[in-house]
Amino acid sequence: MKNISDIRADFPILNRKVYGKDLVYFDNGATTQKPQYVINAVNEVFTSYNSNIHRGVHALSDIASEAYENAREKVRQFINAGQRHEIIFTSGATGSINAVAFSFGEKYIVPGDEIIISCLEHHANIVPWQMMCERKNAVLKVIPINDSGEIIFDEYLKLLSPKTKLVAVTHASNALGTIVPVKDIISAAHSAGVPVLIDGAQSIQHGITDVRELDCDFFVFSGHKIYGPTGIGVLYGKEKWLTDMPPYQGGGDMVESVTFEKTTYNQLPFKFEAGTLNFPAAIGLGIALDYVTGLGRAEIAERERVLLEYAVARLSLIDGLRIYGDSANKISTISFLLKGIHQYDAGTILDKMGIAIRTGTHCAEPVMARFGIDGTIRASMCFYNTEEEIDLLGKGIEKVIKMF
Amino acid sequence: MTINQIQDEIIEEFSLFEDWMDKYNLLIDLGKNLPVIDPRYKTKEYLIEGCQSKVWLHPEFDGEKITFTADSDAIITKGIVALLIRVLSDRTPQEIISSDLWFIDRIGLRQNLSPTRSNGLLAMVRQIKLYAIAIDAKT
Repeated sequence: MKNISDIRADFPILNRKVYGKDLVYFDNGATTQKPQYVINAVNEVFTSYNSNIHRGVHALSDIASEAYENAREKVRQFINAGQRHEIIFTSGATGSINAVAFSFGEKYIVPGDEIIISCLEHHANIVPWQMMCERKNAVLKVIPINDSGEIIFDEYLKLLSPKTKLVAVTHASNALGTIVPVKDIISAAHSAGVPVLIDGAQSIQHGITDVRELDCDFFVFSGHKIYGPTGIGVLYGKEKWLTDMPPYQGGGDMVESVTFEKTTYNQLPFKFEAGTLNFPAAIGLGIALDYVTGLGRAEIAERERVLLEYAVARLSLIDGLRIYGDSANKISTISFLLKGIHQYDAGTILDKMGIAIRTGTHCAEPVMARFGIDGTIRASMCFYNTEEEIDLLGKGIEKVIKMF
Repeated sequence: MTINQIQDEIIEEFSLFEDWMDKYNLLIDLGKNLPVIDPRYKTKEYLIEGCQSKVWLHPEFDGEKITFTADSDAIITKGIVALLIRVLSDRTPQEIISSDLWFIDRIGLRQNLSPTRSNGLLAMVRQIKLYAIAIDAKT
């Protein structure tokens, strides 16, 4: 892998100061920073070939359409999907899940059916299913977790039943960092004939994802969490599901022909891409994936494993600091609390030191409820972070403890 | 002292500190020294919506003035509540309703607290004024 100072030089924002101090950015779980290549790519769209995709006969529209379809191909290769039309661009992981919850629900769900999620889910993988269950009189079942923040597999097996129509689980917990054994979850579901959606919002950027090896039926992620622009996401779906499911939204580009009597839908993937998509962001995402591939995904995973280990060791030296979620298999995210100090107080002071961490429930209130707390402090790291920054966090926390 | 005189006093106290850490230390001290609220008012009824940390605020009207007591689970928030109470407690409903709070901006609280927390601050001020309006309407 490139050396760390060269990597950091690729991300211009990492040079900035906050309150006169060097920025320490540990909020990568919320959104990642962008390498200059991505910024340039989006800039180039608007400066040299901005034009609506799949519409015009003119030159710019052709260039834009081709760049957009190239980005789709890059996504296909990145997750090793079988076919390019199994890659649908959306607004983000949330948009992707909502699309499946609606379209799958319309097609296959009848009253009394059951959907299985886990206690680790982000609200984005809870609420769309609750809305679908309400619409269809279906029932939501939740796989519980243990004290380490891991899914209890035997409980999952007990929930699988002939009534189960879909399993939707996260690949990695945004609140605790736990990596979920999705391959085992998928094979168990498939042996019961149940399809599985994997929420890859917190996993795609931390290692190698191969949707065919996983054999998941749906896989979703957001561009902005993998060094790409905001406002673009991906829905991967096996062709058979995407073909069978009705479209989620109606509008331009998703149609084959429209009369007031009847509209026929366009072929995949356009059937699920109504309206003008955020194509500059899609193109930027393609460049972000190139960047990650260039660094090496195995190397990124190894680097982040080392950072996590270092951070756990450093934070464990601090009296009164408790880490939530101590699974052996985690992404580089640490959630913790300081004894007797409210997470917002700690977060406010760390912010003044230029350290960006997140406090609160992390859009995962059920996880917090499971541990009987109303929030944590979360440091979510990635390959451009350093051991020195972790030391600054450690010292910052020690200062916070002295202040309160 | 009038509401405006107390605001000036607070601005002067904060201006003694140049370093942000010192300003926060002052807020923390104020938070720690805020008189405790009667536990029976720490209920959902007195919880202010719109704050990231929990804030309970209770008004007591003696026929002339409103006295506020409050608590929060976060100390910095408690420090901010303490400032608001210092300015707006033991005032007539009319004084509270017609008050114009500029000390918040002048001590840099609004810019330097995170937006969500800042919104919480606005929610606190709004709630204090709403209590004053409700009490004023009844008298």
